[in-house]
Amino acid sequence: MSALTRPATPSARARGRSSARKKRQRGAVALFVGPFLVLFLLVFAAPIVYSAVQSLYAERASGPLGLGGLASKFVGFANFQTVLHSGDYWHGMERVFLFGIVQVPFMLFAALALALALDSIAARGVAAFRTAYFLPYAIPGVVAALLWAYLYIPQLSPYTGVLSSIGLHPNLLGPGLVLWSIANITTWSYTGYNMLIILASLKTIPQELFEAARIDGASEWKIAWRIKVPAVRRALVLTGVLSIIGTLQLFTEPTVLQGISFGVTSTYTPTMYTFNAAFANSDSGLASAGSIIIALIAGALSVAYYRLTTGKADR
Amino acid sequence: MISKTAPQDTPVRTAQSTRDAGAPVSRRRRRGGSARPIGVRRSSRFVLNGVLILTALYFLLPVWWLLVSSSKTNSGLFASNGFLFSGFHLVANIQDVLSFGGGLFGRWMLNSLIYSGLSGLGATVFGSACGYALAKFEFRGRGLIFGFIMSGVLVPSALLTVPLYLMFSKIHLVDTYWAVIIPGVVSPFAVYLSRVYALDAIPDSLLEAARIDGAKELQIFLKIVVPMMRPALVTVFLFSFVSAWNNFFLALVMLSNQKLYPVTLGLYQWFSDKNQTTYNVVITGSLLSVLPLVVAFLALGRFWRAGLSAGGVKG
Repeated sequence: MSALTRPATPSARARGRSSARKKRQRGAVALFVGPFLVLFLLVFAAPIVYSAVQSLYAERASGPLGLGGLASKFVGFANFQTVLHSGDYWHGMERVFLFGIVQVPFMLFAALALALALDSIAARGVAAFRTAYFLPYAIPGVVAALLWAYLYIPQLSPYTGVLSSIGLHPNLLGPGLVLWSIANITTWSYTGYNMLIILASLKTIPQELFEAARIDGASEWKIAWRIKVPAVRRALVLTGVLSIIGTLQLFTEPTVLQGISFGVTSTYTPTMYTFNAAFANSDSGLASAGSIIIALIAGALSVAYYRLTTGKADR
Repeated sequence: MISKTAPQDTPVRTAQSTRDAGAPVSRRRRRGGSARPIGVRRSSRFVLNGVLILTALYFLLPVWWLLVSSSKTNSGLFASNGFLFSGFHLVANIQDVLSFGGGLFGRWMLNSLIYSGLSGLGATVFGSACGYALAKFEFRGRGLIFGFIMSGVLVPSALLTVPLYLMFSKIHLVDTYWAVIIPGVVSPFAVYLSRVYALDAIPDSLLEAARIDGAKELQIFLKIVVPMMRPALVTVFLFSFVSAWNNFFLALVMLSNQKLYPVTLGLYQWFSDKNQTTYNVVITGSLLSVLPLVVAFLALGRFWRAGLSAGGVKG
């Protein structure tokens, strides 16, 4: 190429080459980024916009699911007002808050403790323990909920005998305890997953740090607390944010338990409320408003948690 | 949030742990144990091991119960200790599962495989192309696009699924395979992991050399980049496959034709329909539905850890 079309000056040649390159680059970027971006807009951005628009309308309709040839009427923020004044919605919100305040810290603490423990014991046992703790994550949420649902049925559960032998006869599916029975399912499912994230983060700490600390006479506890925990803070922020978002969307486990527990209503969590609004009551406007409020609260809590756990220097 | 805060050093550190995806496990697991002469004292090590074993029991016993219970008759489930075998009717149970309710179970398993396989494949293709371009091409708006895509991680899927249903119903996609596959194909995590991996594992000089040799960009991607990114691609596929297998909410919202159900939704339906279904059918069905994933987990453990390390360092 250069022999025939050599431009007069080096700078012109560079310019010519760089513009051809840019063109070629633009084509490549469009080819590689384009398909994903189009799908992303379709699956992520469009539903959010659609949902925002829907939330301002009410469909006065008779057809199933309120679709097709119906009169939808602009109602402003009326749907939001309905949601915000709905006792069911806020009771659901209270439940997931209570759940989140107890279950998320407990699970993350357990995950951190297990990760630190596995990081400090002999290498041979680690792989087996790690696999055992992570295994529940391989079980789909629905199946995990089914499995535990059976383990909560007193006539079926092998735990009934264990509990009654120490004098406990809890009604794990009753209105008082069922929230914590759900918390147990999510803890069982996700502790190992979070532990692996933290463990992976522990592996990135340079070994010299520990050796230096040991030479200085620091105990293993002190090393764990002063070196390891601060070093995995990023992982804790990530797992924390994802857990908060997950908790606010709590749906699968209570929906499954609803089949066997009178303690779980059809609007037990905010996501169940919106699902119910959309499909049982065909009110897509109300469902959209409910979803948007969940998303806004999730966003606000994530930002708050992030600010709380991340120092200024990291930001 | 994530994109804004990821400092320059993050990709490198992350990529180091990601690159381990291909390395043999034994080489990576060498540290700890004998490499730590000054470990925890013997008595506290004893306590530590005890706690680790009890925790392992907590995670494993429900899975053991599932395994044992699949071999029992329906009345046997109530008449024996849940953790101990009593009679062996696994084959009869499997036959029951396969023929129950018009013999849909096999079809459901196949559906799950189709949904998860195509979602995994699509997520890998679109995500890796996009991640590679974001890592290796400089163009205006690159940071903005990446931040935009990453913000998708924080959007609660509850916010997306119901409006997506309404949109899909307008274009008659509801109650088709596409309704479940299209959302499964879009994975911001796939883009993130591919970008991080490409930044670290693919030298610019190699791409430059290929360009000078006259290779087209698509050729470079397929012939050079894809083979080099293989460990990351396996990880991306695995995560997308499993998250599609687990996505109960999406299937519940999108599908009403039983023949299109994935196995999780089918089992949920059996479980909820208590007048028809017996316990042994749901339990054995649950076990069968979990097997493919558990095998994938145990066989591909190192790819899991690779993906989670990337997640762990991501802040």
